[in-house]
This record gives sequence, C-alpha cells and structure tokens, in this order.
Amino acid sequence: MNKNTLGILGLFILIFGFTWVSNENFINGYNMTNLVKWSSLYAIMGIGVAFVIITGGIDLSIGSVIGLIASLLALAVKNQWNPTLTVVLLLGLSLVIGLMHGLLITKVKLQPFVVTLCGLLFYRGISRWLTDNQTMQYPGTEGLDSFFSGKVYSFFSGKMLLVDLLAPLGVGMMVVGCIGVFVTFVILLIANFRKSIGWGIASLLLDIPLLVFCILNYREVKKPFLLHLWSGALVLLGFIFAAVGTTGEKFGLASPFFFLLVVAVVAAFFLNRTIWGRYLLALGNNEEGARYSGIQTDRLKITAYVICSFLAGLSGLLFAYELDSVQPAQTGEFYELYAIAAAVLGGCSLRGGQGAILGVIIAAAVIRLLRNSINLVGVSTHLEFAIIGLVILGGVTADEIIKRIVAKRRTAQVKAAKG
Amino acid sequence: MPDARLLLKATAIGKQFPGVRALHNVDLTLNQGEVLSLVGENGAGKSTMMKILAGVHTSDQGTIELDGKPVDIKSVREAQKHGIALIHQELNLSENLDIAANIFLGNEPQKFGIIDRKRIYEESAKYLKRVGLDFPTDTLVAELTIGHQQLVEISKALSVDARIIIMDEPTSSLSQKESENLFEVIRDLKSQGIAIIYISHRLGEVMELSDRVAVLRDGENVGELAGDDITHDGMVKLMVGRDLSQFYKRAAITPGEVVLELDRLRTPAHPKDEISFSVRGGEIVGIAGLVGAGRTELLQTIFGVTPAVGGTIKLDGKELLPSTSLEAIEAGVVLAPEDRKRHGLVLQMSFRENSSLARLRMDQKLGMIDFKSEIDLAEETIKKLNVKTPHTEQVVQYLSGGNQQKVVLGKWLAMNPRLLLLDEPTRGIDIGSKQEIYKLMEDMAARGVAVMFVSSEMEEVLGMADRALVMHEGAITGELSPEQLTEEAIMQLATGNKAAA
Repeated sequence: MNKNTLGILGLFILIFGFTWVSNENFINGYNMTNLVKWSSLYAIMGIGVAFVIITGGIDLSIGSVIGLIASLLALAVKNQWNPTLTVVLLLGLSLVIGLMHGLLITKVKLQPFVVTLCGLLFYRGISRWLTDNQTMQYPGTEGLDSFFSGKVYSFFSGKMLLVDLLAPLGVGMMVVGCIGVFVTFVILLIANFRKSIGWGIASLLLDIPLLVFCILNYREVKKPFLLHLWSGALVLLGFIFAAVGTTGEKFGLASPFFFLLVVAVVAAFFLNRTIWGRYLLALGNNEEGARYSGIQTDRLKITAYVICSFLAGLSGLLFAYELDSVQPAQTGEFYELYAIAAAVLGGCSLRGGQGAILGVIIAAAVIRLLRNSINLVGVSTHLEFAIIGLVILGGVTADEIIKRIVAKRRTAQVKAAKG
Repeated sequence: MPDARLLLKATAIGKQFPGVRALHNVDLTLNQGEVLSLVGENGAGKSTMMKILAGVHTSDQGTIELDGKPVDIKSVREAQKHGIALIHQELNLSENLDIAANIFLGNEPQKFGIIDRKRIYEESAKYLKRVGLDFPTDTLVAELTIGHQQLVEISKALSVDARIIIMDEPTSSLSQKESENLFEVIRDLKSQGIAIIYISHRLGEVMELSDRVAVLRDGENVGELAGDDITHDGMVKLMVGRDLSQFYKRAAITPGEVVLELDRLRTPAHPKDEISFSVRGGEIVGIAGLVGAGRTELLQTIFGVTPAVGGTIKLDGKELLPSTSLEAIEAGVVLAPEDRKRHGLVLQMSFRENSSLARLRMDQKLGMIDFKSEIDLAEETIKKLNVKTPHTEQVVQYLSGGNQQKVVLGKWLAMNPRLLLLDEPTRGIDIGSKQEIYKLMEDMAARGVAVMFVSSEMEEVLGMADRALVMHEGAITGELSPEQLTEEAIMQLATGNKAAA
C-alpha cells in the first residue's frame, strides 16, 4: 500500500467518523448496505478508467456506454431475448467499443479526449434512437429476476447475501486487531529507542511522535509500521462491524460488491504482478522510452481502452438492477466524471504512469460516502457537488505537496550518496 | 589585472542543499571583455555557481560584488537588472513564436498596455545583426536550427543589456560548423566589452576560447589557468585530481566474423541514399559526421524504430528487417539512444524497474513478473557497472547523467546483445563515468559483440574506434582505417569533401 492510498484511507476514516458522530442513523444496516453497494459500482467504473488514465489517456464515454448497455438490456427484457445471449452480446459490444476507441487513438492517432467525447455523444444518441427516447420500465426487479431466471443468474440478479454474524465477527476482529496494534507498537518503540532515547520517550507518551518517526524512517520500519496501521484499521473495522451488526436493520452484501472483489483482485494482479501491468505503467510515464525498450505500446494502450469499456459495460448491467427503469437520455449521465474523480483521487495522475487499484476503490467509497454524509449531516444537498469538488481538489493538492517533499528528499539523498 | 576592468567579484560563496554541500568557499572574478571558462566534472558545482550568479538560486554564504559594489541577487529578474543573463543548456525559446517575439518575451515594449510591434521588429533586427544572424525577424523559431536558436537566445540576453552572459554547455547539440560560428559571435561580443562565462565539457573548445579557466572540484576552487597554461592535460589534471595523460586509446584488435551487414539500406530520413557496410564481431566502429548527417536515423533504422524503406540488413548472415524495436531486440540488436531521458529511460520509475524493462519479457512465468530475478538483475547491474545509487528502488530521474547512462547500458547488457548500438554514448557525462563507459564498450567488443557508436566528439571517435565511417547528408562519404584516422580526415569527409580523404 503506498502513501497515497494511506492518505485517502485516512480521509475516508475522517469523513466516516464525522458522519457517524453527527447522525446515528448513518451506521444502520440499511444505510451501510447501500453505501457498500454503490461504492462498489463506482469503484468498478473507476478501476476501468484508471487503466486508461495510467496510459496517459482519458475516457469520457463511460456514462454513455452505461446508458447504452442499460437501454439495450431493457429492450432485451421487453423482447424476451435469451438471457445468456443478451449478456454475452452486451459485454461483447462493450469490448468492441473499447477496441474501436483504442484503434482510433493508436492507429489513426486521434486524441483520447476527442475520440471518447465523440463516443459520449454517439452512444447517448444511439440509446435514445433505439428506445425512441422512451423511459423503459424494467418490469420491476421481479421482471429482471424472471428474465434472468436460470440458476446461473440467481446470484447475478441483484440478490443479497445477508450477513448475520456481523457483530460477533466485529468483536473478534477487534480482539485480533488490538493484539496486532500492541505487538507492533512494542517493535516500533524498540526501533525508536535504537535511533534515539528522545524519540523513544516521546513515542512512549504519545502515539503521534511514533507515527511521525515511522513516516520519516519509512523504509527502515516499513513492515512493522504497515502491520501497525493494518491492525489499527482492523480494530476500527471490527468496531464498525460490531456497531452495524447491533443496529435493527440487517446488513447485506449486494452482488456489485462481489463483482468488485473479482474485478479488483484481477486488476491489481494484472497491474502489479504481470509484465503487461509494468509495461502499462512504463508507457504511461514515457511512451517513447517504452517503445525503445521493445514494448508494443499500441497494443497495450488498446488493451487499456478495452478494459475500460468492458468494465463500463459490466457496470451498466449492474446499474440496471439498481434502477427500476432506464431513461435513455439520462441513465449513466456524468458517471464518467465520478469514475475519473475516483481514479484521480485514488492516486492516478492524468499525466499517466501512476495508479493503485486499492486507492481507486477507497476513493470511490469516499465519493459515495460524501453524498451519503451530506444528506445525513444536514448540509443542503444543493451543495453536494461543491463539496465533492472541494474534497477532490484538496486531496490532489495534498498529494502534490507530498510528492514535492519526497522529490526534494530524494535529490538530497542522491547528492549525499555521490559524496 | 587592473582593477578598473574588474566587473564581478564573488567571494567565499557557499551553498548547501538538503544533505549535501554543493559549494564551499568558492571565489570567482570576472573582468570586462573576458571569456572565463568554468570546468569541472559533473556535480563539481559549476551549474550551481552559475545559477547563483543568475539569481536562480540564492547563496547561503559569501558576497557578490558588481563594479566594486556589493549586490544581493535574489531573482532572475534582479540578475537581469544587474546585466547578468544565463543561457541554459536546454534553450528556453517558444518555438511557436517568431524571433522578435522571443527576444522581447516578458520584456515587451508597450504603449498603453498594447505591445509596440513596430519597435520589437526594429530593435530585434539590431540585436540579430550584432550576433550575425541573417534572418527576417518574423521567422518562426521552430524553423531555425539549434545553432541559430542559440544565437536568438544570445540576442535576447543583449536585449536586456547584459554585460555578463553565462553559457551552460552551449555547443552540446551544435555541429562543428555551428560551434565555430558561435565562437565567432563570442569573440565579437568580447570585443564589445561583454564578459562571458563559458561552461563546457569539451576541453578543446575551452582551450580555443578562454582567456582564463577556473576549475571546480567537489564544490571548491581547485585552481585557475590563464593564457598559455590552458592545456588539455592541465585542465584534466585539476578536474580529476590525478594525471590522465593516457586518457583513452584503444589497442589494435583482430575482428571476428561479420555480425552486421547492410546492403543498400535506405532510411526514411534520407530515402535516396543507399548505405552499405559491415561490422565484425569484436570490432568497435565509430560513425562520425555533423549533426543532421543521418547518423542517428541510421541507428534507429537498424534498431527498428524507424523501419527501412529499402535494402537489406543481415545479422549473423540472417536477414533482419525490423519494423519494431521488439524484432530487433529479439534478434540481438540493442540501442542506447542519443536522448537518454526521452528514449532510454522511464525517468519516474525506479532503478530496478528500468534495469529490467527489456529483460522482463524473458524472465516471465505465464506473464507474471519474476521479482526475484528482477532484484538480482538490479543488484548485479549496480555491481557490474559501478552505478552510484543509494538503493535499487531509487527513481532514476534523480541519478546523474553518467549513472543514468549506466542504467541504459545495464538494461541492454542483460539482453546479451550481438550488436550494440550507441548514440552519443557520453554526451553530458563527467570524465570519470566516461572512462567507465569506454571500458564497457571495450569489454563488450572483447566478448565478440559488434559495437557501433555515433559521436560528435572527435576525441571519442579517434580514441575509441577501430574504424570510422563518416556520414554527410545521409550518405557515407568515406571509411577511415586506424592509420587514416585523423581529425582532419574526418572533418573533410563530414563536410562532404570526398576527394580529400
């Protein structure tokens, strides 16, 4: 986990805590169920666009692709298509859309902004035309359920996994977390005392000097420090679980969460563990340099756009379950901006070459959480966009400042090494 | 030295960067109408010293006096007001604007907030004349060669009435002819009473130009040479603190089998010229010529980044016409490109990730990165090439030029190439690292690899090449055997004078 992800996690905890204190209804099972579900949906889109942003590109068409897929799904339900065929066709279509974007950008050498802006307009227009711009009712969620009646789809079709033992699970996590916090605290304290008695004594009295010390000597104490933080997070999470578990309403995990789980694991693995992920990061930083190292940059860029549109298509299907109806002119509108915001807040630089999947997921959750929080805290909902905008601006500004400090330290390090 | 001519006197300048002492007690004096060269290895503090004079950095200690009065230079603008202008190694011109607009950029004469265009064109013509640049003032800068752009920079300095012009590596991307033209201009400026501080790695130029040479090492003064004492050996001795009379000279070799064979190869840059020659294993072949002669393009075509438009390339007897660099790399052809930062490295990535970028593909397991062999490779590269980096995770952006070049070479050595192409392998690299890179080229050749390098540094071609090919306007104008290899002969061929060779 990198520093950026830690920062965004801190932001999440801050807003979460603040909202909890302000309104006790925040923590109830129903609200949490929704928060997790919608955060997952945003995160899937965010991960998609993160791949494109890592290459230094952008995809503005996500919302329109979602609208198109949701509209087509409504048509399929209306016309009683074969469900398997429908899913294959719709996901296949989103792959083709991504492929077209990629080819136009790499082979015709058009700018990503222009290509996907045209996509935004084109797919929206096609959705409206195919549906005569009529609001299409999915015949209730039951309707979709009956459409996807086969066994394979029973999980896919918006059912929920109710979590019964949340409270005991939470307590268990707190116990394990506390042990972890204590053990790593002792380890770090020893490291502190080794460095200097002063640091040690200061850290003994307060946790803040300990944390400062760890951040300053990140490289040396990386492992116990991260364990310390993880254990702390486990305590917090356990506490939240226990709190949610003891509210009247049941907490459940909806299908988008499980999709996100799969998407995130695969995406993180691809980005961090495979050669193609490395190549993607390399070409995002310096496309020419990557090409001169024998990397087939065009293919990788096309892959990134295909991934992005595919995940947009997938989230289009998942969004459809959450809505009673499709409005071809509006469904998915502006979603690309939420996705891009999540990616950027999560640590992707629009200059390319940077990105962490976990960061994007947490950032997506922050954005959803903010909307939820604004409602519950009693701030005028008209201010919603303004607040989200400010938080993102603040986040990326802090990130930039930290980066500069790191850069300065690095330069100094190298000069010192040279003697 | 009569005091009346003393223009600038910097005393006991000190500058500390976090964790490193860049300058310590550096003294510097500059007289009117004098060319003072500042030499030293990379990291010796030359650029820092100049940036302090030009107001880019401020000094921590010491005083600067101009015309005998102490001054406090806090910003570039203040430095300009005092008549000090710095011309950076990378030019700072806006290519989309014309010459006149560039000269007055940020300094436009105005009438009620509206740019006085007439005055700009009239005045800039005057400055162009002073530097001998014969172009209409409304020519776009993008249309000028780098040499001419440099002259525009100098005009810009003149337009703010600079009395001291600092030039940082001005000839690093100029051809011989352009450099000579620049020297003319410098002499001319000198006669107009302007003082020049000249920074260069090219000691030949320094000898030719300077009235005085100040040498820095590790941020301190180590000596000064004047007049006839300015010799190549004298400067090198001060710079490195040791005697290097035998700087580099390659011993004769017996080459092996033919590795590379070009037959009527035509590059997209010069599609009319056919290039044929061959290189044997164990041989180091230098390609000389002026900038723009098509040398870089030739290497790029062999490496597959700009595919050939005709002819054939054979590697170890097998035909190879790469249309991507991947094809070339897989066949065993690698290129250390001229523009390291743009083409050779991914600057924001770590040393480890850069070292393994080419090799990654070969060590993969079902597409997964083999992290262990990656770290092993990085550590091995540090040891083998003596790279100065605090650890394998250092972002290469923060390494010095010499160490960056070692990263590029390390990346390719890991591929066990058959043909090593190097484009300006030691540009902007300090003397210590230079030698190491020459050693590396020799080691590769000794292992039977065919080595071919492009260089604009005469000494490099003379010292390193077993054989030199000289190019002029896309064609090979001659081949020089070790016996024929002289500066004179190269220049004749490089300027297109076939008969003289």
